[in-house]
Amino acid sequence: MISTPARVAVAGIGLATVAVLAACGTKTPQEQDKGGAIAVEASDDACKVARTQADAGTITFEVTNKGDRVTEFYLYAEGDRIMGEVENVTPGLTRRLIVEVHEAGEYQTACKPGMQGEGIRDAFKVTGQADKQVGTDTKLADATKSYQRWVNSQTGALETKTAEFVNAVKSKKVDQAKALYPVARVYWERIEPVAESFGDIDPKIDSREDGVAPGEKFTGFHRLEKDLWVTGLRPDSAAIADQLLADVKDLVSRAETLELTPLQLANGAKELLDEVATGKITGEEDRYSHTDLWDFRSNVDGSQAAVAALRPVIQERDASLLTTLDERFAAVDKVLAKHQAGDGYKLYTQLTKADIREMSEAVDALGEPVSQVSEVVAGQ
Amino acid sequence: MTERLSRRRLFGVAGAGAAALGVGAAAGVVGERTLSPEPVANAETAAAVPFHGAHQAGIVTPAQDRMHFVALDVTTSSREELQDLLREWTVAAERMTRGLEAFEHGAVGGVPEAAPKDTGEALDLPASALTLTIGFGLSLFDDRFGLADKRPAALKELPHFAGDDLDPARSGGDICLQACANDPQVAVHAIRNLVRIGFGKVVVRWSQLGFGRTSSTSTSQATPRNLFGFKDGTRNLKAEEAAELEKHVWVQDGEDQAWLAGGTYLVARRIRMHIEIWDRTTLLEQEQIIGRDKGEGAPLGQVKEFDKPDFDVAGEGGLPQIPATAHIRLASKEALGGVRILRRGYNFIDGSDGLGHLDAGLFFVAFMRDAHKQFVPMQRALSTQDEMMEYVEHTGSGLYAVPPGVGSGGYWGSGLFTGSP
Repeated sequence: MISTPARVAVAGIGLATVAVLAACGTKTPQEQDKGGAIAVEASDDACKVARTQADAGTITFEVTNKGDRVTEFYLYAEGDRIMGEVENVTPGLTRRLIVEVHEAGEYQTACKPGMQGEGIRDAFKVTGQADKQVGTDTKLADATKSYQRWVNSQTGALETKTAEFVNAVKSKKVDQAKALYPVARVYWERIEPVAESFGDIDPKIDSREDGVAPGEKFTGFHRLEKDLWVTGLRPDSAAIADQLLADVKDLVSRAETLELTPLQLANGAKELLDEVATGKITGEEDRYSHTDLWDFRSNVDGSQAAVAALRPVIQERDASLLTTLDERFAAVDKVLAKHQAGDGYKLYTQLTKADIREMSEAVDALGEPVSQVSEVVAGQ
Repeated sequence: MTERLSRRRLFGVAGAGAAALGVGAAAGVVGERTLSPEPVANAETAAAVPFHGAHQAGIVTPAQDRMHFVALDVTTSSREELQDLLREWTVAAERMTRGLEAFEHGAVGGVPEAAPKDTGEALDLPASALTLTIGFGLSLFDDRFGLADKRPAALKELPHFAGDDLDPARSGGDICLQACANDPQVAVHAIRNLVRIGFGKVVVRWSQLGFGRTSSTSTSQATPRNLFGFKDGTRNLKAEEAAELEKHVWVQDGEDQAWLAGGTYLVARRIRMHIEIWDRTTLLEQEQIIGRDKGEGAPLGQVKEFDKPDFDVAGEGGLPQIPATAHIRLASKEALGGVRILRRGYNFIDGSDGLGHLDAGLFFVAFMRDAHKQFVPMQRALSTQDEMMEYVEHTGSGLYAVPPGVGSGGYWGSGLFTGSP
């Protein structure tokens, strides 16, 4: 499921939403600020804003284009930081812009006839103070730092193990490559939500054949998996292997500069378990090699690492949730341990229906409390 | 308010589930009557919908609450038998939509030594707005019945979409029959009897029950919610938009095969929803994925459900209020060069999946003038960019050419048999 580019944006959303979305959460802004909507009459050479002052909170502008050129309207904070904008307001149309402004201060309105230039600006004043939830907690900051260090340790191993796998493929050592395939994937699966935050990389590295979008090439781990287990190595297998390593290196260097929020950690922990439930439990992920349990173990490891980073915060805010999390992670560990074989795991095809069901139930039981972590982190 | 609504629906689901599974359909109906906030048999939901007309009923008819959909393969090799079956079906279908038995004295009052010709479970039940709608799949137009030259040009296989996991046992079929009604037993009765009439000539390939509508097809209807808990179909094409229906739904004269003028295409997709995973997703993310707020159903950045989505509004940092990957943006006519479709889908729960999850989802049914120009570009965009793909999987698919309506004395698909075979 991960393989579509769509997946990526979910993680991306996490970032953006916190600030922008206050306006569109559960509380639809039915109750507008007392003054009601502020009419803006935009023409080709004027930008008449009916009121130039508002209380902090939800501010609604109704922008009417009375000119002949397509226009747009902005509310800027200091330094031309965009607070909200509406584009493509065609002549004659009225469009609505709802902006969340939390802090009092001097802002600017701007109409941009022809949708270019600095626009016709005016001062706009916001008074009072609205509630704003900012994670300045040092424990939260420590959590993201600690997780980032862990991610970097994993990306290092990912690059090393992928290089070993790629070399085996290129030297046509099929048995060795088969043995290295699930090992390299361990590090990939542990940090997958991080990879997904870079939209273009994840599909290249981890698309499954039926997940490849029309016009795109089937590349990455699963293409080599198919070559090794089903078709035998093909003329371009070596090139695909080189590409895989290049994509992994790209990921590693980008991950170094990644800045995660505590909410992203919490969502990442949840998403990793989603991966288990929709991809690994069903045997869809590694459909040729059937090494799904390795990926399963790694997703759970990744989820646990994110929760571990947030541990002091959860301990402080909801100790009983932490107890539940510990119990449920341990229960999943126990179920997985039953299927260990040597240094790795049984093949998916060696599992009985009852085995699979038992794992599914353990993951579901864990998924629920993990999904509560984001709420605890958000502190609401 | 939201909470109250969703609880009611939940109870409705439980009742319908029992009926849908055939666990004792009667008990299911009783459950439904007991638990539903409104009595089932009020005048409007119980009334009959006219069978005859320029277009088949069950397309722009205000979407009923329940559906039973079946896809069949024709087993006879006789063109005449197929033609006779369509005639016989039409007569029975017209009777059942009036609230009658499939045959006169069909259930009781016939020869006691004979098995009753009507199965009887809809006796005493009103018409319940039953509509029966037929469509023909691509496979009907092979060489078996001399229909190859009647194949509409736009009736060709749908392409593979990214992430499709289609089960052949839930896809395709020579013929489809859609029964919609406000009483599940009425819909099930209709399909059961049409299938029975067809024994020896057709066999059931797959079927699907839907327990709750997920679209409005009339401005007189409130927008229902799908199993993600969101209002679905706010911007759907509505029966009141005649000009838009001509443009987006009805095949026009001279456009394709003459027999299809006044008809349309039906696209069916069984969309499994990973509801357990969805339920663990934050409200913020759910709303970003859909592009609407969950309570009111307003497009993000707007206030009321029917406020027009504004895809050009951005918030802090210039990020769009309705994300680039939001479902309502990707499926919008604005993003698709004006393309619209008429959706008529239903929630389903087909028991469980053996892994402790409900086998739940949306049985997507939509009508349009040319699936390859409407559904295909829409699904291409959704399958590659929609965040929601993470939570859904398309497990069944069908495309059918839906002939126009039947006049008095006519029969379903008669246009296929005019001229030499």
